[in-house]
Amino acid sequence: MNFDDYRGVWVFLEVKDGAIAPVALELLGAGRQLADKRQAKLSGVLIGEGVSPLARTALSYGADRVFVYDAPIYRDYRTEAYMRAMLGCVEKHKPEILLYGATSTGKDLASAVATDLPTGLTADSTQLDVEADTGLLLASRPAFGGNIMATILCKKYRPQMATVRPRVMKALPPDPERSGEIVAESIPLQEEDVRTKVLEIVRATTRRARIEEADVIVSGGKGMGGPAGFELIRRLAGTLGAAVGASRDVVEAGWIGHDHQVGQTGVTVTPKIYFAIGISGAIQHLVGMQNSGLIIAINNDPAAPIFQSCHYGIVGDALQIVPLLIDAFETALGRKEKEEAHAGEV
Amino acid sequence: MLHIVACIKQVPDTKVAKINPRTNTIDRASAPAILNPYDAHAVEEAVRLRARYGGIVSVLTMGPPPAVKAIRRCIEIGADEGYMITDRAFAGADTLATSYALTKALEKIALERPIDLIVCGKMTIDGDTGQVGPGIARRLDIPPLTSVCKVAEINRELGLAVVHRKLEDGYEVVRSTLPCLLSVEKDINEVPYSSMPNVLRAARYQPHIWSVADLSGIDRAQLGLKGSPTIVSSVWAPPKPQGGALLEGSPQEQVSRLLAIVLERRELLEVSLA
Repeated sequence: MNFDDYRGVWVFLEVKDGAIAPVALELLGAGRQLADKRQAKLSGVLIGEGVSPLARTALSYGADRVFVYDAPIYRDYRTEAYMRAMLGCVEKHKPEILLYGATSTGKDLASAVATDLPTGLTADSTQLDVEADTGLLLASRPAFGGNIMATILCKKYRPQMATVRPRVMKALPPDPERSGEIVAESIPLQEEDVRTKVLEIVRATTRRARIEEADVIVSGGKGMGGPAGFELIRRLAGTLGAAVGASRDVVEAGWIGHDHQVGQTGVTVTPKIYFAIGISGAIQHLVGMQNSGLIIAINNDPAAPIFQSCHYGIVGDALQIVPLLIDAFETALGRKEKEEAHAGEV
Repeated sequence: MLHIVACIKQVPDTKVAKINPRTNTIDRASAPAILNPYDAHAVEEAVRLRARYGGIVSVLTMGPPPAVKAIRRCIEIGADEGYMITDRAFAGADTLATSYALTKALEKIALERPIDLIVCGKMTIDGDTGQVGPGIARRLDIPPLTSVCKVAEINRELGLAVVHRKLEDGYEVVRSTLPCLLSVEKDINEVPYSSMPNVLRAARYQPHIWSVADLSGIDRAQLGLKGSPTIVSSVWAPPKPQGGALLEGSPQEQVSRLLAIVLERRELLEVSLA
């Protein structure tokens, strides 16, 4: 393997609901820095049906070039079809670094591609850097349940691949004037070559705020006392238009479903604002939320570890503080007046 | 007869594991070794499928000799057979080298009894990657199906499986040919308390144990540390959090201060309401 043949930084441009997924735009921002450091091109790989118009978006977010695989066979994400496209592209154009969002699709695709190439794959990176002279990717990630950070290298294989957690990297502000190259690509692939078929896609009927994507999350823990106290978490979240999160013990106690669990065996979240209420802050919870933009903790135990990991804290009884907060936010955000005015109309 | 193999791993319980602050490595003595919690759901799902369709459930692990304990735990859950590959040559394997070794073991198991379905947990709590399952599927050239939250149908005669894959906002129903590999979500099932007969059987159970020499057609260069493209170059403690500013005063004053801080980011609240 001649390393000099492998040039440039690539990003898998995952498409979600007809748009490039936010994590892919974030990776274009991170990838731009790596590519500049290596004085190399930043490219995106766009796969789907009818996705060609999205290539321009990728250029505006920092890509120099976008490879587009646009065909009906790519309508639904399927490992085998997308993998064939990505493998074909890698073999043809040989990137030095290839990044994927650590979403279920990104991880699924990256794992398959890494095995077939083969090459190394670092999962769930939260920091990326590159050695300017050698091109060696330094991908760092939390390890052992977040107790330590590890920097992972792939010295002997190219491309170097990593999946990167959503909401950790920063997207560039889009510049619609930015120009670049859009390259239509295709590979010979028939429907018979793909052994899976998506029969149906069922969207959740409730448009409940999902914690993975929420800008604001209100999480509650055992300190809420019981299901009745936890209801206050739901009310505060409702007032703020936030998603509801929970610690593991609360989920295990059945106060709320597993989908809401934040932490190592739940979901990793990075909202702009995270409220940890009645949560002591075990390391397994902290790893799931410590990259949040603004962390606010409310707990009656001043020694709770959560106060070491928050930006602002209130030592006090959550059952007393939260109702006051709900009231204050309702007033400040004009929710109260609206509701009352509405009630008046009826 | 339907043959399902669950791939499992024994892991240090990272919930209680302590880190040696000098070396930044996990102090294994501080952490009990347990069956990876996600893998328990994989074994449970295999057992439930056996209850629906009949067949045999095998489990396979790679690990040091004490990992026999994790296999016994799977027998408690209801697995019929356990296989373990153990050898110093496997040590230090990353996900690529791990999927290689497990694939060689699966090929040997399949010689004795052809495999229809492989089930893996979503990921391990010590490696946290979720990459080994899809890696095995690629090496065996069978379809990988990740994020599986329900198995709707397995039809050995027609050679097809229908599963639900969890999406961020719902699920998709996917049909695949058999054999295939499923990585299952934690919420696919609840692992109940083990039955007394299973517990008694597990206590006495001796798994099939193989070393590298027992596996045929193996390329030693692809095993263990040597066969691992990724290396850990350094481990470091995450920066110690500085600790937050505590808001003082009466509850009403604390709330007012917090309100002011959050309202500086008022636009987020508007956005999330939209």
